[in-house]
Amino acid sequence: MSYEKYIWAATTAVLIALSVLWFLWGDARTFVGVPLWIWWHTVWMFVASAVFYVFGKRAWGVGVNRGDGG
Amino acid sequence: MSTALELSIVIAYLLVALVVGVLAYRVTERRAEDYFLASRTFGTVVLLFTVFATLLSAFTFFGGPNTAYLHGPEWILVMGLMDGVLFAVLWYVVGFKQWVVGKRHGYVTLGEMLGDRFGSTGLRALVAVVSLAWLFPYVMLQQIGAGTALVGLTDGVVPFWAGATLITVFMIVYVVVAGIRGIAWTDTLQGVFMLVMLWAALIWVLVAVGGPSAATARLGEVAPEFLALGSDFYTPQRMLTFAISIAFGVAMFPQVNQRFFTAGSETVLKRSLALWPVLVVLLFVPAFLLGAWGRGLVEADVAAGDNVLPILLAEYTPAWFAALVVAGAIAAMMSSSDSMLLSGSSYFTRDIYRPLVDDGITERGEDLLGRVGVVVFAFAALIASLYVGGEAEVGVVGDILVDIGDTAFGGFAQLAFPVIVSLYWRGATRDGVVSAILVSQAAYVSGVLVPEYATLPFVGTVRVGLAETYFGWGISLYCMLLGLVVAVAVSYVTRPTADEAGF
Repeated sequence: MSYEKYIWAATTAVLIALSVLWFLWGDARTFVGVPLWIWWHTVWMFVASAVFYVFGKRAWGVGVNRGDGG
Repeated sequence: MSTALELSIVIAYLLVALVVGVLAYRVTERRAEDYFLASRTFGTVVLLFTVFATLLSAFTFFGGPNTAYLHGPEWILVMGLMDGVLFAVLWYVVGFKQWVVGKRHGYVTLGEMLGDRFGSTGLRALVAVVSLAWLFPYVMLQQIGAGTALVGLTDGVVPFWAGATLITVFMIVYVVVAGIRGIAWTDTLQGVFMLVMLWAALIWVLVAVGGPSAATARLGEVAPEFLALGSDFYTPQRMLTFAISIAFGVAMFPQVNQRFFTAGSETVLKRSLALWPVLVVLLFVPAFLLGAWGRGLVEADVAAGDNVLPILLAEYTPAWFAALVVAGAIAAMMSSSDSMLLSGSSYFTRDIYRPLVDDGITERGEDLLGRVGVVVFAFAALIASLYVGGEAEVGVVGDILVDIGDTAFGGFAQLAFPVIVSLYWRGATRDGVVSAILVSQAAYVSGVLVPEYATLPFVGTVRVGLAETYFGWGISLYCMLLGLVVAVAVSYVTRPTADEAGF
């Protein structure tokens, strides 16, 4: 179980880091009139929701000590 | 144009809110925990939307679209990163942990939780005083905003003082009667209303102009640089500074932090988190795209002090629809303010009055005191708001209050690391947390409220405050790190007092 914490921490870090499309910096391409980077961001928020859903199902409570102390 | 229509929509909204408030009053027990926290019973929909509507203020309708109109739609990314992901992570790391210990020990406020953890009434009062110091001017800004909006809505028939007083008195009656349950119920109605209105507005405008590609083509004619990600305004440093410090600040804002305690069960929390990022992106994409497209679609220049969204809607949608959206914005302002009044009152009564003045108060007495606290807090803010006024000439004290309100998010963000350290690290001591709060607050105030240089007699110009940014990064981030370092360092060199019980 102990490594699970680090996998979820890494997943969260990726979610945060790619919320803004740093590698599309300066890119002005559009799709259906909307900049590509807005599409990416929108899809990414749905991905974040999916990740949080899976987290809630499989790993809820990881990293949060519910016992006394801490 | 449609003054009567807009007014009747606002009044209709107030009446609906009042009915909901009375319904809530009938099911609310006369205990502080029920008045402030609905006895920790919220289900997924109510919790999700009450956090959502509390987070969103008039910024979604006015400030945000104006920023997109002036600088491009990148603010969508800031909001997504800030609210959609970072706040969600904090909701788990801080909020879920707070929920666990809050349920076990019956905590109602953040200060109560920290004070009990370290056995320190002083720390409890410190957290409340710091929070109220940032909250009070922020409530004022809402009152000033609502008063000014009513002046605009009625073309000056209702003067500023009457508008601000009217809305404040209504909120007092409503909050005193309804408590958190009624507020959360209206938040839910309102959150749904805002989402529906913004999407309807987006679709309406796009149909009128011939679709998103046509709208973007017209934007490309006047501001081609808007389509490319990033600009001189939207630097990575600035975007990250806003996203990080506001996300942490929001989590420590009393009205949001207190909602961490209110979930009915872990299942409610799990479901809320899973729906959260989608809800956030669904709101901000239409709001900010409308603002950015407005740059190409609105013929006239939007003057400073005007808002692009109502102007855009007036041009492309019928008057009644535009009025509905503007009324929604005033309602959004009120839905944030009522929650602030309630939380402000709970911080004052639970963490300052009760421990320092009258510890033996009964449950019923505390419930009554909480309601009295709302009246006192709201009226004090109103007096200050009327003093500051809707005018440009506000004097030194007025300027200072407005500045504090504008920088409140960063001020609350300074509380985040001391709280996280207290929640997760056994080695944290009272002295460590107290000094972290004092040092980070002092440094932040020195950066945003104290002028960088001052001219003194005989001495000349000397440096007195910190700058607002260093290397493009905002001062709030440096101060947060400073708070973390101080909390850890001082905890290492001090010993826990005998009263420090942990959770």
